[in-house]
Amino acid sequence: MANHSATHPKHVHHHFVDSNQQFESAKLGMWVFLVNEILFFGGLFCAYIVFRAWYPELFTQAALELNTFWGAVNTVVLIGSSLTVAMAIRSAQNNQKRGLEINLLITILLACVFLVIKYFEYEHKLHLGIAPGSFWNPTPEIAAVLDHPKANIFFGIYYMMTAVHGLHVIIGIALMIWLYLRARKGHFNSEYYTPVEITGLYWHLVDLIWIFLFPLLYLIE
Amino acid sequence: MASLSKAVNTVQMTPKKLKVKRFVPLENPTNTYLTDEKGIWAWLTTVDHKKIGLMYLGAVAFFFALAGFLAIALRTELWTPAKTFIEADTYNQLFTLHGAMMVFFVLVPSIPAALGNFILPMQLGAKDVAFPRLNLASFYIYAFGAIFTFLSLANNGFDTGWTFYTPYSSDTNSAGIIWVTLGVFILGFSSILTGTNFITTIHKLRAPGISWDRLPLNVWALYATSIIQVLATPVLAITILLLAMENILDIGIFDPALGGDPVLYQHFFWFYSHPAVYIMIVPGFGIISEVITTFSKKTIFGYWAIALSSLAIAFIGFLVWGHHMFTSGQSAVATTIFSFLTFLVGIPTGIKIFNWVATLYRGSILMKTPMIYVFIFIFLFSIGGFTGIMLGALSVDIHLHDTYYVVAHFHYVMMGGTLIALLAGLHYWWPKMTGKMYNEPLAKFAAVLIFVGFNVTFLPQFIMGAQGMPRRYYNYIDQFTPFHQTSTIGSYILAVGFLVILFYLAHSLIKGQKAGPNPWNSRGLEWQSTSPPDFHNFSHTPVVIHGPYDYHQPMEEFQLGLAVDHEYGDEQDEVAAEAHASLDTETTEA
Repeated sequence: MANHSATHPKHVHHHFVDSNQQFESAKLGMWVFLVNEILFFGGLFCAYIVFRAWYPELFTQAALELNTFWGAVNTVVLIGSSLTVAMAIRSAQNNQKRGLEINLLITILLACVFLVIKYFEYEHKLHLGIAPGSFWNPTPEIAAVLDHPKANIFFGIYYMMTAVHGLHVIIGIALMIWLYLRARKGHFNSEYYTPVEITGLYWHLVDLIWIFLFPLLYLIE
Repeated sequence: MASLSKAVNTVQMTPKKLKVKRFVPLENPTNTYLTDEKGIWAWLTTVDHKKIGLMYLGAVAFFFALAGFLAIALRTELWTPAKTFIEADTYNQLFTLHGAMMVFFVLVPSIPAALGNFILPMQLGAKDVAFPRLNLASFYIYAFGAIFTFLSLANNGFDTGWTFYTPYSSDTNSAGIIWVTLGVFILGFSSILTGTNFITTIHKLRAPGISWDRLPLNVWALYATSIIQVLATPVLAITILLLAMENILDIGIFDPALGGDPVLYQHFFWFYSHPAVYIMIVPGFGIISEVITTFSKKTIFGYWAIALSSLAIAFIGFLVWGHHMFTSGQSAVATTIFSFLTFLVGIPTGIKIFNWVATLYRGSILMKTPMIYVFIFIFLFSIGGFTGIMLGALSVDIHLHDTYYVVAHFHYVMMGGTLIALLAGLHYWWPKMTGKMYNEPLAKFAAVLIFVGFNVTFLPQFIMGAQGMPRRYYNYIDQFTPFHQTSTIGSYILAVGFLVILFYLAHSLIKGQKAGPNPWNSRGLEWQSTSPPDFHNFSHTPVVIHGPYDYHQPMEEFQLGLAVDHEYGDEQDEVAAEAHASLDTETTEA
């Protein structure tokens, strides 16, 4: 708060004393936001637990309809993107502009791969009539295997969880495109890389939530 | 402490001295936040926490007037046992709208986002909140949520009650419900952003010397509130999202016809909405603590007890949601546990009340308007709290559930508590916010009107409720007529009280006397700035060496700032650093 004329670097907002205070604040703010995200998904996990406790046989039966292979590929893709985003932060800390750009691009690419695979999974399900809620209209073959009267509830939860997660992936892509454009303009260096760092934190959480979603939805035996 | 400036850090390394000067706030500031940038556009795009606070205050006042007007219409309708002047369907929509607006648009943002936004950074000696742009965004998100609610009214409206219970809310084929629930969903983000902002600000932006044991109790209260906002609001968000999907897609999670569970909805809803009543009341506790010490001219009694009881309420508040569902068919074991946990909330709340009363003991009490509201608060909130304990008792609740007794209890804690505390805070900080005084005799008169009107309105509702008058009913049997009519008359008195407030506050803005920087002679940091404050709150970086309630210390020791050159500011009476040799180490350690 003290003297903010001469010693204040350009990236430090007027109400912060110094760069470090701004960095620490941004980071704490993001952690608080992540706690809030966990509780947001917590509601969905809670609904999952309740209905799985009530209809355990439905969950094992319905999970067979999900494609474990592509689910696993997506898990690897997201974990890989978590690695590259961490490398992007490292590059920013080491003033490696090129490395930062490349790592951000790879992360964006992996996130898109995730969404494309997810799209094909959705498309396949909708084709079979496994649609949420009132659009539930399975083909006779599916209906023969999935003869549980409450089968729509599992897929209601499945679509809610994966769609809300997918929305987070899309937001993450938008954030990283923004970071990439700023990185190209040379906005980030070892003195100032706060946006890269906190977007990285966000991205790790998106990854982490998928790591819980994958076994809970796909790997039920 | 992370927020210490570089200047202080260098001081720590060079042997002792932190150079401190005395800054006496100007009587007639020429450069204030109100004159700094002008024009409507500057207001709409400002990132200044003070202006955003005022914009929130305006919005909250607008919605309070609107929802209050609905309340008057509802009370008028209840003058006779059958139809008085509104149709039954309209009546259902009106009480739903009254509840939803008062809860989501008035009570939740009222103290934190309006008064808190203005006062919190000043009490911390910060220039702004940690994320000023998010702060502005939260205001526009709030406005956006409001638009959705009005769109709902244009689409058949909604008559579910403010709780949106399933399956009625998911089966009713009304676009209005989808719009309003999305509106509430959006409002939640505004609340979350405010909470995130406050937590970060309190952790990272405290001025030199403000250690955790020198935080004003208002800040402790806002801290506890922010924790609840961050932890509870996202659960409401996902609940509302599931409800909207239930309505749009019939995904079947809450709808029994599709295999879902309506009681699960109630669990989700109250997991947010019970802590949410603490989002509404805990900041009120903060205001009461501030006002009661200022007007008793005495150190607060039991600083840590009050500070930690706020956190205790925040914590226990998460464990009691089931007491809203005693008649919903949840298991008997759960019901019993929730009942006992509910009694626990009475302990930290009682601690606060006792500490406030002990603060008054042998103080030199100044009966100004804010202090009168404090006494009204203690009286009304105690009634509201005790009746809450009665509702928490299982057997009693089975009898009183969904009667006017619950309505009266809720209004005693929310209106008699939160809103009275808001009025106390508004009158207390009004001179700071505007630089003007209001008409003191008129203000006292209005306070009396509100106190009388409030009790005339809601005391009869306790009696009616205990005798079995159900809430939300359009018609009632003749025996309740005198109670309903008394209650209606009370609501008119209340309305007159609020109109008087509106009148003298508007008058104060135009013709009010100059307030001066510290009209109440408070030791609080926010009063050591000019009224209205500078754009940066202080013309210097404040240095704090005493707690905010140390009335036994001389005033000049509360007017210190770092002796660094500033562009503007009024430096007087340089207090030699040597004179405060003891405070050097104290300050730098913090």
